[in-house]
Amino acid sequence: MAISERPLSAQDGQRLDYQAKLTGRAAYLADMKMPGVCEGAVLRSPVAHAWVRYVDASEALKVPGVVAVYTKDDVVQGTGIEPYYGPVFKDQTIVAVDKVRHVGDPVAAVAAETREAAEEAANLIVVEYEDLPPVMDVRDSVKEDAVLVHETVRIPEHGFADLAELKPIENTNVCTHFKLRKGDIEQGFAECAHVFEDTFILPTTQHVALEPHGCVAAFQPDGRVNLWSTTQNPFVVRTQLANIFKMPVSKIRIMVPYLGGGYGSKVYPKIEPLTMALAQKAKRPVRILLSREEVFYTVTKHAAFIRMKTGVKADGTFHAREAEVFLDTGAFAEIGPRVAKKSAYTAAGPYKFKHVKIDAKSVYTNKPPAGAFRGFGVSQSAWASESQTDIIAKALNRDPYELRMQNIYDEGDEFVTGEKLWSIGVKDCLEKVAKEMKWGEPPEAPADPSKVRGKGLAALIKATITPSISCAAIKLNEDGSVNVFTSTVEMGQGSDTAMAAIVADTLGISLDQVSVLGVDTDVVPYDLTTSSSRSTFHMGKALELASLDLCEQLRRFVSEEYEVPFEETRMEGGKVLFRESALDIREVLFNHFGMQGGTLVGRGEVKTSTVDPDTGDKTTSSFWFVGAGGSEVEIDKDTGRLRVLKHATAVDVGRVITPLGCQQQLVGGAITGMGQALFEQMVWDNGILVNPNLVDYVLPALGDMPDEITPIPVEVPHKNGPFGAKGIGETSLIPVAPSIANAVDDAVDVRIKDLPVTAEKIFLGMLDK
Amino acid sequence: MKKAITMEVNGASCQVEVEPWRTLLEVVREELDLTGAKLGCDIQVCGACTLLVDGKPVSACSVLAVDADGHRVTTVEGLADGDRLHPLQEAFMKHGALQCGYCTSGFLLTAKAMLDENPRPDDEQIKSYMGGSFCRCGCYQEIMQAIRSVAQA
Ligand code: FES
Ligand code: FES
Repeated sequence: MAISERPLSAQDGQRLDYQAKLTGRAAYLADMKMPGVCEGAVLRSPVAHAWVRYVDASEALKVPGVVAVYTKDDVVQGTGIEPYYGPVFKDQTIVAVDKVRHVGDPVAAVAAETREAAEEAANLIVVEYEDLPPVMDVRDSVKEDAVLVHETVRIPEHGFADLAELKPIENTNVCTHFKLRKGDIEQGFAECAHVFEDTFILPTTQHVALEPHGCVAAFQPDGRVNLWSTTQNPFVVRTQLANIFKMPVSKIRIMVPYLGGGYGSKVYPKIEPLTMALAQKAKRPVRILLSREEVFYTVTKHAAFIRMKTGVKADGTFHAREAEVFLDTGAFAEIGPRVAKKSAYTAAGPYKFKHVKIDAKSVYTNKPPAGAFRGFGVSQSAWASESQTDIIAKALNRDPYELRMQNIYDEGDEFVTGEKLWSIGVKDCLEKVAKEMKWGEPPEAPADPSKVRGKGLAALIKATITPSISCAAIKLNEDGSVNVFTSTVEMGQGSDTAMAAIVADTLGISLDQVSVLGVDTDVVPYDLTTSSSRSTFHMGKALELASLDLCEQLRRFVSEEYEVPFEETRMEGGKVLFRESALDIREVLFNHFGMQGGTLVGRGEVKTSTVDPDTGDKTTSSFWFVGAGGSEVEIDKDTGRLRVLKHATAVDVGRVITPLGCQQQLVGGAITGMGQALFEQMVWDNGILVNPNLVDYVLPALGDMPDEITPIPVEVPHKNGPFGAKGIGETSLIPVAPSIANAVDDAVDVRIKDLPVTAEKIFLGMLDK
Repeated sequence: MKKAITMEVNGASCQVEVEPWRTLLEVVREELDLTGAKLGCDIQVCGACTLLVDGKPVSACSVLAVDADGHRVTTVEGLADGDRLHPLQEAFMKHGALQCGYCTSGFLLTAKAMLDENPRPDDEQIKSYMGGSFCRCGCYQEIMQAIRSVAQA
């Protein structure tokens, strides 16, 4: 991987978590032993929509080994808890209270000495349901006479700042409706030579982190509670638990071991409230480990239905874009309103439209709740936008690359919100991908005459969560080594290594002198979340600031001790330099404390806002992430069978911090994108999910990989990122599906508008010709 | 009614009493504290639970512990020779063939079994032998590179 010159402490192949993970000794949640722990099992709804008339647990309580059973009676009359919770709206309860709203909705839970006893008892709980018709499609759900998923939705007192203006629309299934307007859309269309209108569809999918969700909760004799959880945002979960259980956050301690993948599936409360409630009732530590099937009921990626209308001038200038985006948020709002908002921001793609009218609706249905998924609403809107870009190019007889380059954002261009875009290497990304794909040259002719090849491109822009907070602390030890305290969750993305590298590079010490504690909310400072591709930018910056804070303290000691003006001291290569002398950190500490010992603490905080502190300008996103992808496919004309031969992905990373981690995120994201593009979909029949297992829900395997996936990091530094770095976790996923669909159309003149792109759809499309 | 079984695990003989319905994965993880193998799907498709029994890969989530009675079991904890990593572990490290690491034990053991059977597999053979393991972080390209590098060494 080509990297610009920079001081680099993280060498290729060096990751702090590798030794443990390669030898089987890294402890994930399910690997931890806890004395006296009860195993929990959850009884889940077999129906998609019904009133819960009564729940009778008397038989369950007779099963030997059962310690406690938790039902709606405990929620309603129990221990003085707040029954309703949820990150945006309070529409969730610990177990179903009035209705069940999707298959798999938790109805009761059992704690027992063994998992077998807990499961046996859960199956003996008698529940009487009174069936209601389920709504399973956003198009039905928004109809006026649709049955309501929620009769009322409660709004929390302190919600997220960026979602404050969004409210549920009463007596409908519309959870939120976000509107984005620029210019005058009707006038815009009137000024266009061509208007295109298409409808695009994406199915519900699931993250399938190989590690299922799990949680252990153990109350302490003094009323405090310790939780170990598979969460990507322990501080948000802590707040939610504090609200539910009416406890100060200081009494709730959440520890997060290494996660076996997250991809968005482990943000916001999942199984934690139920585990904690069960532990409270059982008066014993309780552990709940979800089965693979239960994971499919816990969180999904939003299905979407998108109507997109685009007006283009005679010379190919993109002029007016109207879009209606319906995102299926399932039975609970979860973080769906933000997914819809993010989707809206980028429904005009990375292109300079003068007139924009976007309506993004987050819509309730009787499916499992949809939440965050790598790409967060943008992979949905980009599927529509980037597919339509090629539809337009074809109709106007323009090269899709040229047409994109004509309309794409440049430095300082105005975004749909009216703000100016800075540090925006999308043109560069597209150019590099086109070059890598040998754009302009026809694909090599396949040896087998029954096969044809084609190429396709796609580009994107995405926002990160703004405003947000990251606080960090680092501890300098007497020997000059450093402990890092950060709440960024290591879930495979290599954040421990990136964070340690930023500290090591700032202090000028080697990476092996730096240790990262891991997440413990009693110890590490606050961080909003490990998601939204935000950690390197925000937490990385907080750690850079914490390291600079330490440098300053060390220089101050030297300045006082040796009576040199502070400005005449500096820190370099792990030493404090002044006059002709150089003192290493250890000596400075020894001099300061007068003996071997002592601790220095460096602090750093980053808080972003929707107003740029330097310029006073509006900033919807503390940085924008942009990229482009290209695919070459080969299709069997007799069967429609598709093979991706090559994929190239260029991502504006700002600055590479750890070359290996960067490569892994770019390639890994692209592979996740291939699953979404080619195979993955959750399928329902009459409200029942028919494929909640890894046989029927198809994941990409080694044999499905292209011969080559080429990661291309593009470095356009950001003024507020550590060393100029930006987030990279989601970018490469987003262009994969549209670039493949565009390549398919290039090869066989078949336009697929609903994901996944399957052989069957291609075959039927070819038959129609 | 537990049954006593004897297995050779990572070279050491061990005796455990197990209920007849316990899977090999449960017994290795819970009784022997060897937690490198993971539960991913529970139905023999994801490969996260792979262990070697008499050198052959099996999905330990779907094998009863009693059926391993008298057999030789290798787990990822038994791959390294003391502090010296197995060449496959070295290669996975060098090529970055893991991110979250949840699939790693399964991939390493399956690759070891393959190379023990066929020290010089070509790409197609690697893809077909390793086809029963999923890496959801998307490390397939690096996994191929790592295995190739050992196969060609
Ligand atoms: S857990 Fe055994 S194969 Fe997936
Ligand atoms: S490294 Fe995460 S599943 Fe393979």
